[in-house]
Amino acid sequence: MKQLMLGNAAVARGLYEAGCCVISSYPGTPSTEITEEAAKYDEIYCEWAPNEKVAMEVAFGASLAGKRSFCGMKHVGLNVAADPLFTVSYTGVNAGMVIAVADDAGMHSSQNEQDSRHYARSAKIPMLEPSDSAEGLAFAKLAYELSEQFDTPVLLKMCTRVAHSQSIVETSDRVEPPMKPYEKNIAKYVMMPGNAIRRHPVVEERTRKLAEWAETAEINRVEPGEDHKIGIITSSTSYQYVKEVCGDRFPILKLGMVWPLPAKKIKEFAASVSLLCVVEELDGFIETYCRELGLALVGKDTFPLEGELSQTIVAEKLGLPHDKGLTLDETIPGRPPVMCAGCPHRGLFYTLNKNKCTVLGDIGCYTLGAVAPLSAMDMTLCMGGSVSGVHGFNKARGTESEHRTVAVIGDSTFMHSGMTGLANIAYNQSNSTVIILDNSITGMTGHQQNPTTGYNIKGEPAGKIDLEALCRAMGFERVRVVDPYDLKACDAAVKEELAADAPSVIISRRPCALLKYVKHSAPLAVDPDKCRGCKSCMRIACPAISMRDGKARVDATQCVGCGVCEQLCAFGAFHSTAKEG
Amino acid sequence: METKNIMIVGVGGQGSLLASKLLGHLLMEQGYDVKVSEVHGMSQRGGSVVTYVRYGDRVNSPVIDKGEADFIVSFELLEAARWLSYLKPNGQIVTSTQQIDPMPVITGAAKYPENLVEKMKATGAKVDALDCLALANQAGSSKAVNLVLMGRLSHYFGVDEAHWMSAIEAVVPAKFLELNKKAFELGKNA
Repeated sequence: MKQLMLGNAAVARGLYEAGCCVISSYPGTPSTEITEEAAKYDEIYCEWAPNEKVAMEVAFGASLAGKRSFCGMKHVGLNVAADPLFTVSYTGVNAGMVIAVADDAGMHSSQNEQDSRHYARSAKIPMLEPSDSAEGLAFAKLAYELSEQFDTPVLLKMCTRVAHSQSIVETSDRVEPPMKPYEKNIAKYVMMPGNAIRRHPVVEERTRKLAEWAETAEINRVEPGEDHKIGIITSSTSYQYVKEVCGDRFPILKLGMVWPLPAKKIKEFAASVSLLCVVEELDGFIETYCRELGLALVGKDTFPLEGELSQTIVAEKLGLPHDKGLTLDETIPGRPPVMCAGCPHRGLFYTLNKNKCTVLGDIGCYTLGAVAPLSAMDMTLCMGGSVSGVHGFNKARGTESEHRTVAVIGDSTFMHSGMTGLANIAYNQSNSTVIILDNSITGMTGHQQNPTTGYNIKGEPAGKIDLEALCRAMGFERVRVVDPYDLKACDAAVKEELAADAPSVIISRRPCALLKYVKHSAPLAVDPDKCRGCKSCMRIACPAISMRDGKARVDATQCVGCGVCEQLCAFGAFHSTAKEG
Repeated sequence: METKNIMIVGVGGQGSLLASKLLGHLLMEQGYDVKVSEVHGMSQRGGSVVTYVRYGDRVNSPVIDKGEADFIVSFELLEAARWLSYLKPNGQIVTSTQQIDPMPVITGAAKYPENLVEKMKATGAKVDALDCLALANQAGSSKAVNLVLMGRLSHYFGVDEAHWMSAIEAVVPAKFLELNKKAFELGKNA
């Protein structure tokens, strides 16, 4: 049946049709929907793992046991899972194992722009790269065949434009591969030096065989062109931009597998054209390989290393005509993302700003605490980096720093990799203050459950980790919970825990205001006679509050009645519309 | 047929998802190759959002670039202006006149530009601006702005109303069907 399908949903469909049985992933834009969509198929066991390393190890365990398995993550997630990745390359698989990694060129929702293709080369694992939803589905299925044929995990590389674009796919039925027998094989699966030494040549030989396969594989195809002045090697969404601009004019070598690369095919293609051009997003990965083959080409000397490509960039760089738009002679104010009205993080960041704290931040919606006018963040690095970072900051600057520096980290991020940093504080003894922003969900990626919420990926009751008990078990005697809607309580908690000569954890707990089960209070309104226009309420950057004719005004469609603004007003100008009856 | 391009722009959370779903369904049923592209994640948090809908005999790129859009459908006036450079010189803008202040305006760091409809028209763009929020409320819900806009867009589109109606039936939950059909009609006939 033909359907318009999101790239990530098409990958999920491919996993389903290939008979995948076990999926473990950690959410991360733009990869999240693969696992969310796969969880809708009852035949597949799906879970959110605490982090990508755990997810990959779960997937490997399932493969070892004899069932086809999968884990999905964003580019930076693969950094977390790099440890098992490099060694699962050595062990190989029992049943097929596929790892999806989604890059975010243009950083729509990421802290860096990294090119995951380097992982395929350095971990010596084959990587397929679809260019639309139909290929997403087909390549997911092909990945399992390659995985089992060559005894290797297979990487499936997505990017934002393939993951988050819908295009037409044709679906078919699921095949149910029988469970593979599990046989104990110490030499293959116990990676200690004596065994790993014997596995490394196997890995090198496997790459050679895969490179041979790549020479004749249908997914690495030459599309003929009329004009041999230029020949273009490309893959993924870059292929779509090239086709958009060039149509059938120039010959194209379209690569569906970006590692290992087909040397002979590339050389033949290069010989058939006057000028070889490699069009790829981010790094010159294919280009580097071509240069190693001794080929002269146009690549990153012309195309940008940064950001996404587009049809305009491709046309411009190839010297082809492209459209220019209308120009409006007007300054258009930016519209950056903001914390939602009623966001429980707002009150806490206001408190940190008020107390002039140095704030080591982390990855999540709350990174928006760094945006003006709150500007209440000094650093954001990676998942869990706040908790470890605050310890290092305090060790470097001593007691004075301990009285003014905090780490802030979300509940899901804390489970992901904040716990180990907390263990370090407990063990190596700094009087650091860690604030867990517990909004009872993984917010940024669109509301996924996590080990602290008590529900699994399907919304069914699951195990629930008790954050307070966990922190106490690590040796923290000062653990307290505050409601971030209560500014006085937040202020007292922050002041007291910073002053204490002991490590402490503050859990700022209130569910995300966008969660369906969260009941909103009646919106607030401003009494224009009481409002003096002092703009105290504007310091919290609530999108529901604006100034009109010198007075504050509340947008009733956005306001959820959290009451934080009311606590800031010295003139009692805010009141709940509920009291009006 | 040469590829046609529609951009749906607005503020995160305004409901462009249903509009793109409806268009995708409608155009696929007409036998076109279709691509619909959007960005999820951080931009949803009250930021500027854009969805690209492309259709034709064969669609390659999932995105629309400057000077390529046949239509810009906008949920908010400032957003229509922001994306104006993406319109073809003879392209059509269909926009709601709703204004939502972005954070730089709220904090006083910037001003919301005045007379945007006139200024956009002065560039040569064809602009159809109407109070979609009022029409949506008239239909029964402020959330029906998307269907008001789709009704307005249908004016400029050579597709029979019957096909629009069956596409609406396919993508809208049954209990909101009448409301949405009414919103579509109100937009169409405004």
